[in-house]
Amino acid sequence: MRRAGRTVAGQLVALALLAPYLVMLLTALKPEAELRTSPPRLLPSDWQPGNFVTVLADPGFQSWLRVSLVVAALSTALVVVAAVPAAYHTARRRFRGRTAFLLLVLVTQMFSPTALVVGLYREFFELDLVNTYSALILTNAAFNLAFAIWMLRAFFASIPREVEEAAAVDGCGRLRTLVSIVLPLARPGIVTVVIFAFIAAWNEYVVALTLMTDPDMKPLTVGITSYVTAYVQHWNLLFAASTLAIVPVVILFALIEPYLVAGLTAGSVK
Amino acid sequence: MLIGAVVLFPAVELVRASLSRYSITGLYQGAVGGRNYARLLQQDALGPVALNTLTWVGAVVGLTLVISLALAQFLDLEFPGRRLVRWALIVPWAASLIMTSKLFVWIYDYYFGLLNRALVALHVVRGPIDWLGDDRTVMGAMIGVGVFVSLPFTTYVLLAGLQSIPGEVYEAARVDGASGWRTYWAVTLPLLRPALVVAAVLNLIYVFNSFPIVWTLNDRNPGFGHDTLITYMYKIAFKSALRDVGLAAALGVVNVLLTLAAVLVYLNTVRWRESFEA
Repeated sequence: MRRAGRTVAGQLVALALLAPYLVMLLTALKPEAELRTSPPRLLPSDWQPGNFVTVLADPGFQSWLRVSLVVAALSTALVVVAAVPAAYHTARRRFRGRTAFLLLVLVTQMFSPTALVVGLYREFFELDLVNTYSALILTNAAFNLAFAIWMLRAFFASIPREVEEAAAVDGCGRLRTLVSIVLPLARPGIVTVVIFAFIAAWNEYVVALTLMTDPDMKPLTVGITSYVTAYVQHWNLLFAASTLAIVPVVILFALIEPYLVAGLTAGSVK
Repeated sequence: MLIGAVVLFPAVELVRASLSRYSITGLYQGAVGGRNYARLLQQDALGPVALNTLTWVGAVVGLTLVISLALAQFLDLEFPGRRLVRWALIVPWAASLIMTSKLFVWIYDYYFGLLNRALVALHVVRGPIDWLGDDRTVMGAMIGVGVFVSLPFTTYVLLAGLQSIPGEVYEAARVDGASGWRTYWAVTLPLLRPALVVAAVLNLIYVFNSFPIVWTLNDRNPGFGHDTLITYMYKIAFKSALRDVGLAAALGVVNVLLTLAAVLVYLNTVRWRESFEA
């Protein structure tokens, strides 16, 4: 009986959390005319799944999607390429400046680019990189690198040294050991890092808003806001596009949730 | 040595991020000295904006912690359908903040928003409220969204903390004859303290630096009446008639220092050094 009560309470909590996104989905399915009915209705009376087709066929949406995919994919690749060796090195070796390096990593992790956005704009303006992929890719990579190094360091540190020593005895070189023994063992960590870096770049807003002023270079987060401005009010299209952007990300996020808390509370959870 | 060389690369990446920090200060240290800072203090908007920031950070972090604690406590119980709640909790976390903010602009809408519709239908209010246009409700409306998006992370951190408390501790308390509330105050909360501190300080940093919510929900209102230090800085630099990069950068330095102070408090509390010795 008590358990049943908890289940009901749980469903109410879940509903409260999902309700706004349900409104998003239902609004995305309304025809333009039904957006301006007063009093408003929750459900569309004329269901318009075609809104999703309209959005997907919109050249603007296609362009934002392309920018988002390019930026998220390349910054994620950069993060992995840089974080794997750095994390491995800090996990296995003690070198001069290791503590300072790890402190720098931790501080970067807690910093959001928002506080630095004016500085970032100056920097990329002087480098003439405003409205280029590189600016956004580099910024995203730099800010997600900290989480990645921290996360992977814990994974590498948990792999017993003996495994590597055994491989060395069997005649594996250092690189071969790393590629065929260590990396497969750290696979959950690498998957987590890939998904986290991808989503963080995918959802990034303020740097993109500042650096990508050219309409052809705007990613989804910035681009979709042009569906609703002072002049046009396509809330249904805005939410159809948002739904398309959110659903894949939620599924990916659910996959890495168990590792995420440990990674984000870096240094405090043992 | 090969690895050593590769480590330099992410270090350069990090320096790249940190370079922008230097470039903020570097910008006027040579040029106009401290004049931007002096002008910053003379801005009429600075006082109200600082007060807004305090309200925003204090209310969001406080409410988030209280609600998350209850949620985490609830999710620590066994019941069928618990996975559904955990899954639902992920959605506001994974969704892009700007999209969630736009969504709430729509829900809060004076004429067409479902919030007014529901409140009027339930007779909570007599007529619709202009949530995002009325000076008395804007901050509250923004805080609501701020709490909503901060809940998932905080709940997960506290849940991890709760689950790390061994069951024997509770058993011992029961054997000693402690009541439910007494056990909670004397055993659970003290053991949960580290998780609470981590959640509080990280939220402090995230909420202080939060941009999309205030930026989007406060979009209609002219001036700086409901801005936080972060959106105020952004408006000075890029949007307002001021377009004053020097002034914005001065405020940027202040914001960075405030964040840095919070980070240092955090690192000090969690004793970060210990975690390297794993």
